[in-house]
Amino acid sequence: MAEELLTCSFRVHGRDFENAGEASTEIKSLLKDLEIDPQTIRRAVVVAFEAEMNVVMYADEATVTLVLTDEDISIEAADSGPGIPDIEHAMEEGWSTATDEMREMGFGFGMGLPNIKRNSDLFAIRSEVGAGTVVSCRIDLDDHG
Amino acid sequence: MRLEDIAAVLGCEVLSPVDHIVDIEAVVASDGMSEILAFHRPHALMLTGLTNIQSVRTAIVADVHAIVYVRGKRPDQKVLELARAKSIPVLSTGLGMFDSCGILYDAGLEGAM
Repeated sequence: MAEELLTCSFRVHGRDFENAGEASTEIKSLLKDLEIDPQTIRRAVVVAFEAEMNVVMYADEATVTLVLTDEDISIEAADSGPGIPDIEHAMEEGWSTATDEMREMGFGFGMGLPNIKRNSDLFAIRSEVGAGTVVSCRIDLDDHG
Repeated sequence: MRLEDIAAVLGCEVLSPVDHIVDIEAVVASDGMSEILAFHRPHALMLTGLTNIQSVRTAIVADVHAIVYVRGKRPDQKVLELARAKSIPVLSTGLGMFDSCGILYDAGLEGAM
């Protein structure tokens, strides 16, 4: 059974573009300090950052949780927001409901969820309209990939 | 290609000091931050016209080696401070994205995507 080495959670606030990405940069520092393989860190932090930006753009509040074990890194973003009516479309690269304001911030081009999936070894999303969305990802550590 | 040579060919102004030798092998160019995050080659040069704080956070996440803002754009002080804190050199060129990419391609650099 995997041994849990680190667990931490971050609150992320919808429409807080100024602070968006702080949790991910903190996650990067934490993983770097633990001397995790740089490529694995990069994948985990891309997942965290895209998940964080999705919350900032579309949801009200979320908790992003990082769990590191001796086998893998798990990242979960659980938000209270409008939910996603059509997950199949949301997973298509280039499909987006972003506003001009979001695009001016450099996001909202329909690549967030595909980028998250691409960088995960295990990816799951569940969403309920009017309740929220949970994105769960696992990135295997090198020796267990 | 050394960053100082890139600065010379693009006629860059250095906004955040380069206090170490920076070797660049590839370039990623986009105003879309997810585009930058989608490439798989760390230590590239990032060319963008987006100057907000997310441009530097994206550079941190993507392990970008240095940022060149195109079209003469300059980020505000807070953005530069974050780049300095993370030791990411920041430059600005008056050239547009297309011309900047063309000059760097001609100089032997390749795309990171």
